[in-house]
Amino acid sequence: MNAPVKKLKVATTSLAGCFGCHMSFLDIDERLLDLVQLIEFDRSPLTDIKHCGPCDIGIIEGGLCNAENVHVLREFRANCNILIALGACAINGGLPAQRNHLSLAAILEEVYHAQHGLVDGFIPNDPELPLPLDKVHPIHEVVKIDYFIPGCPPSADAIWKVLTDLLAGREPELGHGLIHYD
Amino acid sequence: MSQNKQASFTLDGKTIPYAEGQTIIQAAMAAGEYIPHLCFNPEFKPHGSCKLCTVKANGRQTASCTQQPQPGMVVESDTTEINDERRALLQMLFVEGNHFCPSCEKSGNCQLQATAYELNMMSPHFDQFFPDRPVDASHPEYLLDFNRCILCSLCVRASRDVDGKNVFALSGRGIKSHLIVNAKSGRLADTDFTGYDKAAHVCPVGVILKKRVGFTVPIGSRSFDEKPISATPHPTVKGA
Repeated sequence: MNAPVKKLKVATTSLAGCFGCHMSFLDIDERLLDLVQLIEFDRSPLTDIKHCGPCDIGIIEGGLCNAENVHVLREFRANCNILIALGACAINGGLPAQRNHLSLAAILEEVYHAQHGLVDGFIPNDPELPLPLDKVHPIHEVVKIDYFIPGCPPSADAIWKVLTDLLAGREPELGHGLIHYD
Repeated sequence: MSQNKQASFTLDGKTIPYAEGQTIIQAAMAAGEYIPHLCFNPEFKPHGSCKLCTVKANGRQTASCTQQPQPGMVVESDTTEINDERRALLQMLFVEGNHFCPSCEKSGNCQLQATAYELNMMSPHFDQFFPDRPVDASHPEYLLDFNRCILCSLCVRASRDVDGKNVFALSGRGIKSHLIVNAKSGRLADTDFTGYDKAAHVCPVGVILKKRVGFTVPIGSRSFDEKPISATPHPTVKGA
């Protein structure tokens, strides 16, 4: 009798991202059925588990735009043997980082006070709201990242290639057509 | 060597013939070999500034766009050591500017991006500078997005040497170097720049962009989506 194959634990999260990378991950379509033979999900929007336990692979979508993003990223780094940056925002800040040439005060002022149609607007300060960072940062500026899958979003094939390479114990490699920054 | 036998050097073990006056990269290109480069364009005098085309010639590193070969010279280009250094140069270019490919009209036709694909650049590695570089949309036909400038000076050379206009210049020194427009206002609209200028067509990245045609060819169907840059003839020698 064959011993059951030990499944690798995988956690995923979206920080300052749009969930587009997670949608692209789901675009691996029927290959998901092959994948779940090999892995099981820990913390992930797919399981709704709120905190990450010890995992083999952590997949991070999005960059860092607030303090909570940094806490989540550190939780993933502390628990995951391999951490993967998924998509443009995780890798260089992406679209949210387009605010970086503006001061945070000016942005909050514009959004909550100055914009047309706002009456008696105030800047939200509920203690439950994570504080925005001064600038949006890519995740490799805060913790060590082992692998990067660029793209906005990365194609399902690129995600599949990296995951299957890792599951097979190979160094992941994306050739022409799979490596894309757009 | 006899007079009528053509001189040659070796590039990664392959014999490359060359003519008097050719540089290593010119001879390599003529022989259909690719050496990564950004500030080099076969139509212009070499500038030797981006250093992407660095090779080892007889064991010494040199820019292949400015170095002339010697008979029997042993040139190494596609090696792990040199490609690692080229990748680091690319990463520095990426973090120094604001290179957000998903929102760039040039994506797929950009030599910086395609060269980074070619050299397997998976991340910018370094910390981002996130500089503040406002765009100049003053000209009715053309847009200047300085966020993407890599200081290759091709527009400077084209405007000065071909168009005879001197519309562009590099100003400042070291990390403060930046592209400027030669007008009192600093705006492109206040120069005699036109879409017929050579300078309008040489930018290897997404700085000088013609307005209203950005997405005529959809992302995914562009030059370097079809073929890697190493298999694509230089844009200006296409069909040559």
